[in-house]
Amino acid sequence: MNKKLYVARSPRIAARQLGEEMLVMSAQGSTLFTLNQTATVLWQAADGKTTLEEIVERRICSEFEVTPEDAIRDAEDLAEDLAKHGILLVSEIPIPSRDPVLQEQIR
Amino acid sequence: MSLMAEMGERAHRLGVPFSVQLDLTYRCNEQCVHCYLDHHDHGEMTTAEIKKLLREMADAGVFILTLSGGEIFLRKDFFEILEYARALTFCIKLKTNAVLIREAQAARLRDLGVESIQISIYSHRPEVHDAITKLPGSLRRSIKAIRFLRSQGLKVVMANVLMTQNMDDYPSTRALADELGAEYTLDPTVTPMMDGDRAVLDLNVGESALRRVFRDETLVGNADEFCAPPRPLDDDSMDSTPCSAGHTACYVSPYGEFYPCVQFPLSCGNVRQQSFIDIWHNSEQLKEVRSIRLRDLSSCSQCAHGGSCTRCPGLAFLEGNMRGPSTADCERSFARTGIPSANLLAKKDKDKVSPARLVQIQLVPVITGVRLLEMSSAACTLAS
Ligand code: SF4
Ligand code: SF4
Repeated sequence: MNKKLYVARSPRIAARQLGEEMLVMSAQGSTLFTLNQTATVLWQAADGKTTLEEIVERRICSEFEVTPEDAIRDAEDLAEDLAKHGILLVSEIPIPSRDPVLQEQIR
Repeated sequence: MSLMAEMGERAHRLGVPFSVQLDLTYRCNEQCVHCYLDHHDHGEMTTAEIKKLLREMADAGVFILTLSGGEIFLRKDFFEILEYARALTFCIKLKTNAVLIREAQAARLRDLGVESIQISIYSHRPEVHDAITKLPGSLRRSIKAIRFLRSQGLKVVMANVLMTQNMDDYPSTRALADELGAEYTLDPTVTPMMDGDRAVLDLNVGESALRRVFRDETLVGNADEFCAPPRPLDDDSMDSTPCSAGHTACYVSPYGEFYPCVQFPLSCGNVRQQSFIDIWHNSEQLKEVRSIRLRDLSSCSQCAHGGSCTRCPGLAFLEGNMRGPSTADCERSFARTGIPSANLLAKKDKDKVSPARLVQIQLVPVITGVRLLEMSSAACTLAS
């Protein structure tokens, strides 16, 4: 895929790190998921402003032993999968934060 | 094992407070006959104090946050608190009577991604429900609210408590839940007051009604299995911990008091004076609660029901000894299986109680929010 993809965490999910894994519950149907380490890195970096490619370059290739080509392909599959479950928002344009003031407060 | 149960176990191993109930207020617009709370405001936490607590809880790893009361919608800052909690990505469950929920509130709850809303409904008949809540029109308003919530696609759990006033109504109340597309739970008990006052327990149903409920397959699944004689105790059960209270769950009152569970009023500290995580890790009371294994309980470790009992350590504590039996659970185990507990037998010997007394329920089990069909101590988590 050559298009730029922006990814953002869905505001309608619940999430918490538990040990090594990230627990994520999507409000649609109260379904619970666990994300492995790579998926967690991607999910945490999904701020709506950074492209998937940049996330892979900066956060995944540097931390895990993968080639950029493999990493980007896996990341696209993963993003699509997470989007299907309502966990991640994927768009070709940047995704604005729903409530930047609140996000600033909780930081 | 479900993924949620697996995560609960992992939290246990890691010592993480996975699930917390936070009561935002004890004030209420209903005055239910069986309520265990003092409704006067004795100095609730401010919005800023609650936000600070929420940040501390998120840092401590809390995932499931149950916001309850009193009536949560009486707090003018309720949506501000909820919005803040959601921004911290808690999985939010609400407990409310829903009287104040209209279309706009339901839409807002949906937007904020609330996981579920538990609503107390005591009967399908207004004259019965409203007599319990002492608020005329409350059933009509709560049902209207359930419709608003369901039309937003939100998960609603209708919670009923079995009492002398409504004991014949539960099948029709359940049918009402089905019609509204809500889940249904039935709590067969009334809880003593927080200060230990047991007068409200007179509202509990008698043993024959309890037996009937325990044999109702629409509630318990396979009745023969549910009412089967207890399994013999093995080493694993002897090493087991009673429930999630203090292990992966805890409770914080509107005044910041920290307890192992909403039904276990052993004060472990106050979040106004200490951080949440400091209390969780360092409270001597919590350490003591965590140290208790079935083999340490003198009556229960000798009891036929020991391995399968829903013994509530909070109720045992209210009876005077957190290592003792909980008579409520003894009565329940007896009503379920017909086999008296070690505690009841000892009492019988001591008080020379006639067998007829044994079949009277003076205090029946008191587990808030537990689905009858999932009645085991492991299921009695705030996450249920
Ligand atoms: S048995 Fe249930 S109600 Fe009792 S202390 Fe444990 S979690 Fe709380
Ligand atoms: S039935 Fe009573 S004595 Fe037996 S294990 Fe349960 S609480 Fe303890």
